Amino acid sequence: MSMPAIKTELSAATIPQAAAAPVVTMTPKRAPRAETYARMAKETAARVVPPLIVVALLLVVWELICRRAGSSLPPPSKVFKDTRELILDPFFDNGGIDKGLFWHLSASLQRVAYGYSLAAVAGIALGTLVGQSVWAMRGLDPLFQVLRTIPPLAWLPLSLAAFRDGQPSAIFVIFITSVWPIIINTAVGIRNIPQDYRNVAAVVQLNPLEFFTKIMIPAAAPYMFTGLRIGIGLSWLAIVAAEMLIGGVGIGFFIWDAWNSSHISEIILALFYVGIIGFVLDRLIAGLGKIVTRGTAAN
Amino acid sequence: MQAYLKLDHIDKTFARGNATTEVLKDINLTIEKGEYVSIIGHSGCGKSTLLNIVAGLTGATNGGVLLENREVNSPGPDRAVVFQNHSLLPWLTVYENVKLGVDKVFAKTKSRAERDAWVMHNLSLVQMAHARDKRPSEISGGMKQRVGIARALAMEPKVLLLDEPFGALDALTRAHLQDSVMALHQKLGNTILMITHDVDEAVLLSDRIVMMTNGPSARIGEVLEVPLARPRKRLELATNPSYLKCRQRVLEFLYERHSFVEAA
Repeated sequence: MSMPAIKTELSAATIPQAAAAPVVTMTPKRAPRAETYARMAKETAARVVPPLIVVALLLVVWELICRRAGSSLPPPSKVFKDTRELILDPFFDNGGIDKGLFWHLSASLQRVAYGYSLAAVAGIALGTLVGQSVWAMRGLDPLFQVLRTIPPLAWLPLSLAAFRDGQPSAIFVIFITSVWPIIINTAVGIRNIPQDYRNVAAVVQLNPLEFFTKIMIPAAAPYMFTGLRIGIGLSWLAIVAAEMLIGGVGIGFFIWDAWNSSHISEIILALFYVGIIGFVLDRLIAGLGKIVTRGTAAN
Repeated sequence: MQAYLKLDHIDKTFARGNATTEVLKDINLTIEKGEYVSIIGHSGCGKSTLLNIVAGLTGATNGGVLLENREVNSPGPDRAVVFQNHSLLPWLTVYENVKLGVDKVFAKTKSRAERDAWVMHNLSLVQMAHARDKRPSEISGGMKQRVGIARALAMEPKVLLLDEPFGALDALTRAHLQDSVMALHQKLGNTILMITHDVDEAVLLSDRIVMMTNGPSARIGEVLEVPLARPRKRLELATNPSYLKCRQRVLEFLYERHSFVEAA
């Protein structure tokens, strides 16, 4: 007698499931495309509008302060009027140092690229050595801690004496300025590699080269990129100062030259470009770090 | 009896400055091929140190480890370890984590396609083939441990070393994974040495349970044979008299004769 009872119970139990199935598979209503775009535009505006307002306000204040007769600095309207040609044609080249801003900036960026690349390679290599070996750390760390406090420009006379030329001296100053944070952060990253990863490498019997490329570099990458990001900022700071002294082509010398010819508006324009490029360089390294270290930080 | 893995008079002393601590004293143990042996003891008794010595990650002060009558004193894929906290490399996918070991061990003996198939075969053994392109951060704790087991199995170790492999998992996941390990042991016939502090786990999985006394100078206090036929089913065992007797023996050892004394 109990058998049929169980059967009805079972069939009764399956009915609500069957009825519920279509409800589960129903897809949520998709928002219309126009609505999505409107939302995106709103989000972008929320980010872009506040800084624009602040910049506009600052320009107005600057204009009001500097418009009076006898003011030592030009107002923004005069800056724009004076530097119109430089802004509109950054590519002219009249020979010598009379070149468009593009050439000055690219000369500076080239020096930074050389010096910074050298610093990145040397910094990661030395940082790995110091992070991996206790004796290397004991021997080198005090040296690093003293050398890194020396201001960039203090190296310039020495490097001019050594290289007897402006270009390699400027590159050396970039190198010596940006290498310290890269070394120190890499060393910290290497020292913080969890023992677990080292054990895995030992059991799998990775050789030293494989251990370096497959474990050390990815495990320490977040620290390395912190160092690389500080380094690029410092090298951009140093190049402008170094170029003021070595002369030739470069945004630093452009500023110095403008000061000597009392073209204050040109100085202001150059500062604007220096700031923008420094910002872009910083973002570039940060973005690169984000791509390379994806998945590394999360455990 | 031919010993497959032999722990021969192992002592381990840690020295820090002038102070020395004797952790392990005169550990002797022989394990046959295909045997599942658990080492159980209170925390701090040096059972993890013992496993690290067998793995070659730590050196023994005296004595040594013999695998097929050859002394082993450095780490290698013939004694693959499943670590307690999975230790997957977070920047590699599930597939790449297993492949790391496979590429090293079978670099000369297997072609690229064979190695790929071997990785996938081992991932299927632990039912993780579907997650091959996921990163460790995207899968659950139990799944990570499965991948850890696949990584160790894929190296075709002579001895599989499990260091509290289920310790960090919740009770349900743990039971599920224990069943998986039992099924794998049944299917592949690996020799397994497992560290645990869970009495039920030790009795359920092991052929023999090695009970360690408290440190410092921990020794093997007692070795218990578990006379239960395989395959074992956890539900049936719950009322099995010899299961209960074994459980009782281990509990008595741990809580009556060698109850844990908190170090002052």
